[in-house]
Amino acid sequence: MVFLAPATVIYSVFMVYPLLDSLRRSFFDDDGNFAGLDNYNTLFGNPTFADRFWDALGHNFQFFAFHMVLQNPIGLLLAVLLTVQSVRGLNIYRTIVFLPTTLSVVIVGFVWRLILSPIWGVTETLGIDTPLLGESRTVLPTLSLISVWQWVGIPMIFFYAVLIAIPKDLIEASRVDGAGSWQVFRDITFPLILPMLGIISILTYIGNFNAFDLIYQVKGVVAGPDFASDIMGTFFYRTFFGASGTTGSPAMGATVASVMFLIILVGVLIYMFGWQRRVTTYEL
Amino acid sequence: MNTATSAPAPPNRISPTKRRIHFGRWGVHAVLLSYSMLALGPTLLIIMNSLKSRRAIFDDAFSLPTADTFDLVGYDTVLNGSSFDVYFRNSFIVTVASVLLVVFFSAMAAFALAEYDFKGNTLLALYLAIGIMIPIRLGTVSILKLMVSLSLINTLWALILVYTAMGLPLGVFLMTQFMRQVPRELKSAARVDGANEYRVFGLVLPLVRPGMAAVAVFTMLPVWNDLWFPLILAPAENTRTVTLGASAFLGQFERNWNALLAALTLAMVPIILLYVIFSRQFLRGLTEGAIK
Repeated sequence: MVFLAPATVIYSVFMVYPLLDSLRRSFFDDDGNFAGLDNYNTLFGNPTFADRFWDALGHNFQFFAFHMVLQNPIGLLLAVLLTVQSVRGLNIYRTIVFLPTTLSVVIVGFVWRLILSPIWGVTETLGIDTPLLGESRTVLPTLSLISVWQWVGIPMIFFYAVLIAIPKDLIEASRVDGAGSWQVFRDITFPLILPMLGIISILTYIGNFNAFDLIYQVKGVVAGPDFASDIMGTFFYRTFFGASGTTGSPAMGATVASVMFLIILVGVLIYMFGWQRRVTTYEL
Repeated sequence: MNTATSAPAPPNRISPTKRRIHFGRWGVHAVLLSYSMLALGPTLLIIMNSLKSRRAIFDDAFSLPTADTFDLVGYDTVLNGSSFDVYFRNSFIVTVASVLLVVFFSAMAAFALAEYDFKGNTLLALYLAIGIMIPIRLGTVSILKLMVSLSLINTLWALILVYTAMGLPLGVFLMTQFMRQVPRELKSAARVDGANEYRVFGLVLPLVRPGMAAVAVFTMLPVWNDLWFPLILAPAENTRTVTLGASAFLGQFERNWNALLAALTLAMVPIILLYVIFSRQFLRGLTEGAIK
């Protein structure tokens, strides 16, 4: 099929093949000899790998939790406010709120690095006296908040899309029946946005494993202090390319990627069978 | 509302409702305004201070530049010591090429998937959709090997091909939804008139413009802003994208705050301007794609 060929070929060669080949490589050593599960044994058995791996995975889930608890509810709240009728200037707000999402992570990372830098004194004026990005206790929550600040536009615009598609007469009808704003939200709006909530959650989950850029930009590949901001993305990069004294290994890199693949797969399966099957999608 | 028979509502029933709406409207403004300030504040702080002298940056970060404190020394340093023009050109080429390829190839594939009933249709659609759920970065080890063997390392082609592959799954999925909405009669009529399949495809394309816009918008952002693949596939000075270039460049000026602030401003302002000018189309594209 002429129509299908370009998309299928490019997708297969540059995405499907590399993903499968990566899985294959995780069973071979760096010289191409079959190694069975040796790489996996190293990853989970050798403390230099295993400790870092479990740390990074834990941080990843914290990072995810911050986005679920803050980014998505704030996104929903903003979307609801942006669809309130009879308020002027909503388009301006919508444009402004989405603005950080269009900036690159490099810029966002640097902007916040400067603002939070103890040298500048902005934080002092705002009454913050800890170097938020410098202490292991605060670095991960701070980075999560920066990421939430940047990406809140995505859930906002997705929820917004669903909300404006809800027919007005549906809401008016229930108003006439005497329902208050909260009741309308609980009984009509919320069931209608529930499927989108699932989609956003799974996208947030997958996106977490891509969250390399921000950490790299603000804290470097070593993800300091003392690996306190290390996540799977930075761990994968270090394992593959090496960093500060350690040599990288493509085979180990492929192994880390394969484990990440499995973790993502588990999340996607939970979404598909635990959520999608139970939530009703209403055709409007 | 029936008019003639119903007595006028007692005034004490109307006024609280009115007050609530009134309060609600201000409440909405208050929340959105505070959030807008939170969204804009950091950006404005950087731009504002990039126009000030070093002393003024540290003395009072929150004040606007005045005649006394106005200073462009940062811009001088940045513009004389960087190749941001090259980086911008690279990012532009990579983004435009990837977006065009994704939009066009997804439209073609989606046309076939929506139009023809052939064996394996659903299976192929599923195969192409799997990529939506799996980050392409997990294949980086093999992508790097593949690009080395194709001698595409440090070329913009490496990035364009990877980004096209990355954008296609969502692109095909979205376009298929839009293609399904094109009325069947239109295509049959064209075929009756003797149009071949390419001609029919050409006729359908203008009808799915909103879909193409949505796909373009969804592809554009992650490509323009990506740091991972430029860092790994094309780190050479002459193939750096803006994102990677800014990352490396900003790193050099660790202690020169004027230059840092100026460089950040230069990297942000074009994007912000483009976004503000096209925000209506851009957000419409996102909104239309989101509910498919």
